[in-house]
Amino acid sequence: MDDPGQPVGYMERTRLYYRALGYKADYQWAHNADAPFARLAKPLAEARIALLTTASPLDGSNKDAKGWRHVWSAPVDQAPEGLDTSDLAWDRETTHTDDRESFLPLHAAAALAKAGRFAGLTARFHGVPTEYSIRKTLAQDAPEALARLREDGADAAILCAI
Amino acid sequence: MCHQTVSLVARHLEENGIPTVVIGSAKDIVEYTAVARFVFTDFPLGNPAGLPWQTEMQKAIVAQALDLLEGATAPQTTVVAPFQWNGDPGWRAVYNRVTPENAEYLRQKGEARRRMMLAKKPLKE
Repeated sequence: MDDPGQPVGYMERTRLYYRALGYKADYQWAHNADAPFARLAKPLAEARIALLTTASPLDGSNKDAKGWRHVWSAPVDQAPEGLDTSDLAWDRETTHTDDRESFLPLHAAAALAKAGRFAGLTARFHGVPTEYSIRKTLAQDAPEALARLREDGADAAILCAI
Repeated sequence: MCHQTVSLVARHLEENGIPTVVIGSAKDIVEYTAVARFVFTDFPLGNPAGLPWQTEMQKAIVAQALDLLEGATAPQTTVVAPFQWNGDPGWRAVYNRVTPENAEYLRQKGEARRRMMLAKKPLKE
């Protein structure tokens, strides 16, 4: 039982949920004892920042013929006000994702850039598909996201997990 | 699962020289995966960057991420956004709960899901 007022233990919650769904083996979460750490190479006021989400475009253009999602990108200045979160696991009973800014805060970031806090967003934001396969994320999607950020001249990234 | 994916991508970017901040609401998953910088927003899953339509809060959370990007001196730095969920105070118990009442429903849901995944044929790894 979770303590009220304490952060929810999602790994344990998910373990119990998947057992109830009838999965025999518990999911093995990615675990690392430490983390890589890069520093900003220039002052924040001069830095271009990329925003990343796990949502999909409403037209499903990030999916292949089998329905598998891939990394996708779209221009920030034409960002749709809505994105597809229907494939993702979030608390549908308690909240909603009708406000894109609540999970991909492009307007909030643009306002802070305009105020001089950082140089601006990269021309595109990016979507990475949520995957059970750690290996697919590491071998395919993370390198693809890196390549796109480099193409865009990103100095840093903010990643929002739904 | 989004939190694990995003954390793995953040680690890859960091390894390749791009500093990152993760904003998310599943603290245990992000910290277990281990990232450089993390803004924890203690909300129900779905609105990591602030409550829907609360633009000032959303801006404050991005500003906190920027402060962390600039100010963190070591990896695995977590800061907590100073905001609370404003709806049902019992929200923590809701997500993916398993009860005697929904056990059969969940079992059937799992079976349907496995059938669908088989039909989809996973990508070769």
